[in-house]
Amino acid sequence: MPDLLIELFSEEIPARMQARAADDLKKLVTNGLVEAGLTYASAAAFSTPRRLTLTVQGMLDASPSITEERKGPKADAPEKAIEGFLRGAGLTRDQLEERETPKGNILFAMIRKPGRPAADIVAEVLETTIRNFPWPKSMRWGTGTLRWVRPLHSILCILSAEDGAQVVPMTVDGIDAGATTRGHRFLAPGAITVSSFDDYTAKLKRAFVVLDPAERRDAIWHDATNMAFANGLEVVEDAGLLAEVAGLVEWPVVLMGRIGDDFLDLPPEVLQTSMKEHQKFFSVRNPKTGRIERFVTVANRTTADDGATILAGNEKVLSARLSDAKFFWENDLRIAQSDAGMQVWVDRLSNVTFHNKLGTQAELISRMEALAGELAPMVGADADEARQAARFAKADLSSEMVYEFPELQGLMGSYYAKAAGKSGAIAAAAQDHYAPLGPSDDVPTAPVSIAVALAEKIDKLTGFWAIDEKPTGSKDPFALRRAALGVIRILVENDLHVPLDHLHAAQLVRNKRKVMPGLEDHHVEDLLHEIAKHGVFASAFQAFIHRNDKKAPTDDIAKLETAVPAKSGDLLSFLHDRLKVYLKDKGIRHDIIDACIAMPGNDDLTLLVKRAKALNETLKTDDGENLIQGFKRANNILSQAETADGVEYSFGADIKFAETDEERALFAALDAAEAQINPAMDAQDFTAAMSAMASLRAPIDAFFDAVQVNSDNGTVRRNRLNLLSRIRTICTSVADLTKIDG
Amino acid sequence: MSDPVQRPRSFQEIILALQTYWARQGCAILQPYDMEVGAGTFHPATTLRALGTNPWAAAYVQPSRRPTDGRYGENPNRLQHYYQYQVLIKPSPSNLQELYLGSLQAIGIDMALHDIRFVEDDWESPTLGAWGLGWEVWCDGMEVSQFTYFQQVGGHDCHPVSGELTYGLERLAMYVLGVDHVMDMPFNDPDAPIPLSYGDVFKQTEEEYARWNFDVANTEVLLDHFVEAENECQSILSQGATDPKTGKRIIMAHPAYDQCIKASHIFNLLDARGVISVTERQAYIGRVRTLAKACADAFVQTRAGGWSEDAA
Repeated sequence: MPDLLIELFSEEIPARMQARAADDLKKLVTNGLVEAGLTYASAAAFSTPRRLTLTVQGMLDASPSITEERKGPKADAPEKAIEGFLRGAGLTRDQLEERETPKGNILFAMIRKPGRPAADIVAEVLETTIRNFPWPKSMRWGTGTLRWVRPLHSILCILSAEDGAQVVPMTVDGIDAGATTRGHRFLAPGAITVSSFDDYTAKLKRAFVVLDPAERRDAIWHDATNMAFANGLEVVEDAGLLAEVAGLVEWPVVLMGRIGDDFLDLPPEVLQTSMKEHQKFFSVRNPKTGRIERFVTVANRTTADDGATILAGNEKVLSARLSDAKFFWENDLRIAQSDAGMQVWVDRLSNVTFHNKLGTQAELISRMEALAGELAPMVGADADEARQAARFAKADLSSEMVYEFPELQGLMGSYYAKAAGKSGAIAAAAQDHYAPLGPSDDVPTAPVSIAVALAEKIDKLTGFWAIDEKPTGSKDPFALRRAALGVIRILVENDLHVPLDHLHAAQLVRNKRKVMPGLEDHHVEDLLHEIAKHGVFASAFQAFIHRNDKKAPTDDIAKLETAVPAKSGDLLSFLHDRLKVYLKDKGIRHDIIDACIAMPGNDDLTLLVKRAKALNETLKTDDGENLIQGFKRANNILSQAETADGVEYSFGADIKFAETDEERALFAALDAAEAQINPAMDAQDFTAAMSAMASLRAPIDAFFDAVQVNSDNGTVRRNRLNLLSRIRTICTSVADLTKIDG
Repeated sequence: MSDPVQRPRSFQEIILALQTYWARQGCAILQPYDMEVGAGTFHPATTLRALGTNPWAAAYVQPSRRPTDGRYGENPNRLQHYYQYQVLIKPSPSNLQELYLGSLQAIGIDMALHDIRFVEDDWESPTLGAWGLGWEVWCDGMEVSQFTYFQQVGGHDCHPVSGELTYGLERLAMYVLGVDHVMDMPFNDPDAPIPLSYGDVFKQTEEEYARWNFDVANTEVLLDHFVEAENECQSILSQGATDPKTGKRIIMAHPAYDQCIKASHIFNLLDARGVISVTERQAYIGRVRTLAKACADAFVQTRAGGWSEDAA
């Protein structure tokens, strides 16, 4: 049972690709071996910046021989057919077997496939693996045609057993496989010949290479935390950075350095971002003050001066970086605290294009500002404060710090707003208004932040809807799906009832201003005034036309009459689609949501979700499920009768025409349910309403078991149909149950 | 690797050490290209010579201009005019990393005391329609060079592949010389009868150009120049391959490429003047790229670009 050792030695592999590459090497080689009949006991793969290594233990030394039986033509078939069969099987006539079968005598070929030595199979599999390796990005070099992540220098490929190791003979693009590798680039650059995996790891370690990335990670973290602890400090955890740094070194040496006193007053996020992004340093914090006071860097070597030169160099680079950051911070503070204040930055954004059809960032901000003011009373925020917060929320985009570190946008805004003496709520909104960025990101909860965050997203959605740039298929360059999910989560998770329809209409009109030259500022103002007054776009538009001598002042304005409701409706159904995705993750089926979307007021997403949750809970119960059957039966009979009779049965069921106990019981049950459902509906307590509805299941079932609706007596029949109509009315008060599957 | 030299004491000594080192490795030591460029890569000795099958090995200093980086000579390491040292070898030799490390040793970086790292950094030039894979090289956490294997230039696959090294000379020299502000760096020997600092040579020009770049350059004239360069480039390339006067095959790839360089620099100036919006930016870059691609197409039809009578 030999062991296989493979090492692919190259120039430096990007840290972020190493782990995946080691996995791929293991998967591709072992799959190839097994497919060719070479089974094995265990396998493991490793990576360093310069090598991918695979060890396969306890492998067969050859693939087993196999015999394949192939059925041929009949023994008396024409000679040509038999010859063809022989050619295909690679045999002669005398090697065929003739067997009696119910269909006559048939020729069979027994094709023996002898096993192949492991070395042959390994050579084949490894070459295929190298030539088809799934690097995220690969390159050619020199005059060669092979593609690898960076130039590939050597291939180590040996089979080792108790009696020694043998090189697997193979060549890929001029590189011969061998039994040698190299140690650390600077500390042990010479060639090393190895005979097994254990020999390999031991010799590498002597040559200053720790093969296992997990071992390097652990060593780095252990040394870094110890060093910090010895100084009464702690390392700020960052698993991503740790993995990356472990992929940049073969021989990690942890060094802790100082941050110049001049920089300790910078916001901790600035220190951390600058150190991590530019230098890949860990931040070291004083647990008492929460301030970042030191850094940890990981060198790739030991030196005679114990890293003194390396550390001094790193401190100097950091100091240059932080001088920049400090320069930006101080310049920015000077502007934020000046008389003109952050407005200077907002004004500067009038030179920055947001989108060529939607205008500048400054224009976007003024649209956001208006919308945030309208939203404020609906979300419990002060309108003036919300408008101010929206005006300054993106001001930091003009700041020098955000120009340098875009990932600090929002956060810097909140620092600067505080420095400028704005309220805490305004400062918080600058930081929070981009949220939520991902499905697991927290949503803003402070009223002013909510108003600005919603305004930001609704303006974005209506803007791109106004210019017909909706997401299609996998293309969503402006992250509109994320914006829609943000709107949904902010409203639902904060339990806010906001009628989106007229907000959409207002914001569409504001956005259309940019693309319709015939729509002038005073038109927009008048129209928005009417929308605010009427709440519904259609009547607002009529009122506006009325004020303008009963005709649209321009063609562009005439177009709005149909365009705004169409786009607003389309945007709402986009939000409904995203809501389905959101609720599906919470275990609510799409037909349940459809049943609720069919109800009036569906632009209040929180109301919609309450309906859906109540319906979902009810449908999980036995009564709930059967209620649907009873409702559907009632509804079918009723609809058929209404179609046949050409009338609507909606009123006037009277218990005095009831002929059976079951019928009378249903009257009583409907009365009792209604008495509970009506107040519950007024209080939007859909759960209570649904549970009262579910109690109708038994009386409805009993009614259908005992009563024939289509009685010969016309009065009785009519009365029963009107009774069914009461079931329909009650059962569709929370959601349109006809839309429920099953 | 070559023997460690004595620690250099001035900016120019570092340049001279690099020149000597790469000359010893067999590179042709070229002189700077005589036009305004944003980086050493724009020199035709890199952009055009990376194309085609002819072998090539060249090294040179290239003065580079990035108008938006001007800081009136006040920032310790940002300049609108600076020097790059550029090496291009085609095909890339298998020991290019070792050759590069040798060059660091040649300028006085002691390999036994420093931590040199190759950190992923893929290079892409949207204006040149070029990209490659490689690293930025770190010395004790500082980026000292860019190391790239060219994969595509002017929209053409590179075959063979060139290896390109770019050193930011000021930053590298400041590090080696232990200087904190570029203007304080000794340009010549500090013990010379007339010692000159980098500031003595360049402080005034940084101020002058910063003012001109940011506030004075006539944008209307520049916009016209951009269009003129673009038209001239296209008009040069639209000429037939055969020169009617001499009857020779003379494809004017280089004169056309000069116009492409010019357009690119004018775009950089307009950018510094802040008259190009975010959306227009992409369009301008696309226009320069179209020129660069057309020049690359023309160059591969020339002898230096690998064209031969026999193959044709």
